[in-house]
Amino acid sequence: MWEQQVAFWVIAVAMAGAAIGVVRANNVVHAALFLIVVFAGSAAQYILLLAEFVAWVQVLIYIGAIIVLFLFGVMLTRAPMREERGKLDNSQRLASAVVALFLFGVLAVFLIDAFGGTELRFRDSMVEVGSAASVGDSIFRQFVIPFEVVSMLLLAALVGAVALARRD
Amino acid sequence: MTEFYRSYLAVAVLILAAIGMVGFMLGLGRLIRPVRAQEQKYIPYEAGSDPTGTFGQSNVRYYVFALLFVIFDVEAVFIFPWAVNLESLGWFGLVEMTIFVVVLTLGLVYAWRKGVLRWA
Repeated sequence: MWEQQVAFWVIAVAMAGAAIGVVRANNVVHAALFLIVVFAGSAAQYILLLAEFVAWVQVLIYIGAIIVLFLFGVMLTRAPMREERGKLDNSQRLASAVVALFLFGVLAVFLIDAFGGTELRFRDSMVEVGSAASVGDSIFRQFVIPFEVVSMLLLAALVGAVALARRD
Repeated sequence: MTEFYRSYLAVAVLILAAIGMVGFMLGLGRLIRPVRAQEQKYIPYEAGSDPTGTFGQSNVRYYVFALLFVIFDVEAVFIFPWAVNLESLGWFGLVEMTIFVVVLTLGLVYAWRKGVLRWA
């Protein structure tokens, strides 16, 4: 089990460093690139948890699509580039540190409270649970209605975007 | 270590090798190249002519294409687990997936009819 622990901590430290990079970057495009590292790290954590399908969905949706959305957002807004260095910074450091520590505390307390004593012992037979086949099985056998509701949600997002982007 | 982790160890080794190789090449380049800073070298290359001002704000219309891409990417993610269970789910799965795709196609038709897909 120690290999898994080592992998977890290596990935977690890389993710935390990249997350700090996201908020510290002077260039928003660099921030988006740091965000890719964070997303890739969480995909790797899903792999460690044997959630193979979710891990690749993370790569496909977050790294593939959400980052594209981010870059389009950067192009739409007048994001500060080289000559306007420092404009992304502001004087709210203390407030943001307090909020970050508070959030960390809340998450830590609740996660330890909920899963503190749980020990996961992974076996090869468990790999099946995280596969696309078993995810599909539960979507199409148990969660059919939520699945159809998702299509409505996506439709709403699409119609909303079209309504926003129209000239008239 | 289970067989599953072992198979992903290859992925980890590949990623580390890629990072190491790129880092080595860039680091080596930094070590051995001469550094003669000139103002001209830091101007972005723009087809040979000097760039004019900062980059322009792009049209909000392009954002719709990015959002369409995200939405149909999510649709693709739902198609994968259906496709691997195609035979066991049978007609029920086909009907479910057809409803899903038709609902999303309605959105595409709406975008098309409203004319946001035109480039002009």
